[in-house]
Amino acid sequence: MFLGHAISMSQLYGQLLIGLINGSFYALLSLGLAVIFGMLNIVNFAHGAFYMVGAFAAYFLLHLAGVNYWGALVLAPLIVGAIGAIMERTLLKRIAGLDHLYGLLLTFGLALVIQGLFQNYFGASGLPYPIPPELQGARNLGFMFLPNYRGWVIVFSAVVCFATWFLIEKTRLGAYLRAATENPTLVRAFGINVPLMITLTYGFGVALAALAGVLAAPINQVRPGMGADIIAVVFAVVVIGGMGSILGSILTGFALGVIEGLTKVFYPEASNTVVFVIMAIVLLIRPSGLFGRVA
Amino acid sequence: MSVKTLPVPATRFTREERDAGVAFLVMLALIVVGPFVAYPFFVMQMLCIALFACAFNLLIGYVGLLSFGHAMFLGMASYVGAHAAKVWGLEPELAILCGVASAAALGLVTGALAIRSQGIYFAMITVAFSQMIYFFCVEAPFTHGEDGIQSVPQGFAFGLIDLSKPSLLYVFVAAIFLVGFFVVYRTINSPFGEILKAIRENEPRAISLGYRVARYKLAAFVLSASLAGLAGATKAIVVQNASLTDVSFSTSGEVVLMTLLGGMGTLYGPVVGAIVVVSMENYLAQFGQWVTVIQGAIFVACVLLFRRGIVGEIGKAIGWSI
Repeated sequence: MFLGHAISMSQLYGQLLIGLINGSFYALLSLGLAVIFGMLNIVNFAHGAFYMVGAFAAYFLLHLAGVNYWGALVLAPLIVGAIGAIMERTLLKRIAGLDHLYGLLLTFGLALVIQGLFQNYFGASGLPYPIPPELQGARNLGFMFLPNYRGWVIVFSAVVCFATWFLIEKTRLGAYLRAATENPTLVRAFGINVPLMITLTYGFGVALAALAGVLAAPINQVRPGMGADIIAVVFAVVVIGGMGSILGSILTGFALGVIEGLTKVFYPEASNTVVFVIMAIVLLIRPSGLFGRVA
Repeated sequence: MSVKTLPVPATRFTREERDAGVAFLVMLALIVVGPFVAYPFFVMQMLCIALFACAFNLLIGYVGLLSFGHAMFLGMASYVGAHAAKVWGLEPELAILCGVASAAALGLVTGALAIRSQGIYFAMITVAFSQMIYFFCVEAPFTHGEDGIQSVPQGFAFGLIDLSKPSLLYVFVAAIFLVGFFVVYRTINSPFGEILKAIRENEPRAISLGYRVARYKLAAFVLSASLAGLAGATKAIVVQNASLTDVSFSTSGEVVLMTLLGGMGTLYGPVVGAIVVVSMENYLAQFGQWVTVIQGAIFVACVLLFRRGIVGEIGKAIGWSI
């Protein structure tokens, strides 16, 4: 069925590229979820909404303040991360001692509010965001043409992901974070401001989502529904990778993006469901995820 | 001796039985009066959604499992029920049973995988599975994609009762709701239900007492999925169509909202929550996406301010156990 019509190599590479792009977004988003979960024990259902807000922030910065793509790449995550930090301080903090499910419910409610507001003002249609002039055009790799912007997204996402991994796993600040995850009371006794660390961690995770949103803006249009569409896949990525692992969420994100892209070539009908099927198989074999520690 | 001199209770009922009885009579009265004060068609849809919420509450309220993808059971049963009634030409009660069976089978498969994980993982896995079912329904030929299955015949229940007559259809739907509600009531007030509550309170302890927790959870999951399917298939007969909305993620979110707002772990909470949320959607429809914003705000308010929900808070205020 799927080998009956010849698949051209360019089509294969094209879908691989799209898969890597989507994988970049999955990796950035699931990484943010993992960081937040590690510190706050909250599954941030509003993550998709913040991804969308990040894209809108880039759009507003361009059209209202004249800030170009490069400015937005820095400012949008900062602004959205600050909004996230404020939400942590005002709302999430109040449910810190409760069952984890309340965190899920609260952030789901926040996601509905944010998404509903944007849908109210911008409808369901997408707004275009231009590719920055420096990254327009494409280069010939010999076997395919690679649009410069897409290459940039993949490389930049990978760099950000591994920088985050390095920050958390290899630096002193990361050691404090990991220690506070294990035993917040003890770390506070050492004179480290754990509540501030929690707020900043949430802000950082949200900023990663917003960064993914800025990167996505020129590729997929800026739409209020963009976050809701991606969040279920990101959840599946997190379940497959295992919640405990930073590196696991990065690798799983990229890998699943590629698998999804390949499925589009060989069996397009299943391209939307393949991630979930893989999740079911992983749950059968390793319920705690590929990289997860046994809970 | 002392056994014989125990005081005889003044009434035949305990306080709990009286409270539950009064609450049930109030609900029954609402079901009887409903079609005379509101549009009967609207009340029927509300009954279906209320049953859906009761099914969901069986899991979150009594086992502590948050299924964030319960629309997959409602939607799948609604498609299968509609298909059975329209294409296979089955009588409505058999079509509904087909829908229930499909939801139960789906619940068995997804539940067996999902209950291996706990808490928020369980919730995330159900989100992912429901999204998978959604895409399946978009692609599968029998669901007709964006169009859905339309003009589903209502037919004759048991070969006799003409369901195209609104009054008869209302009685039929009310009866199904009451049966579903009774199943939930019997489940949570049975030894099985007590074990479920024990699992909710302290799972390791239930395991140490020798209960096969996974089996109890799976049984509860399948039961909840089947009841959600009953609601979905009945709804397909009432509204005469099955569409992607019923299987979409927003429907999953709404049932969580209804139960949270009405009161998780209370028998009548989901019914009250369903009445409030469905009415709100109906009467605020002209405000478009503001409904989503309001729903989100209610979520936030419920989690931060009144986690017992409407029924739980009222019950606490007047000292009733309902």
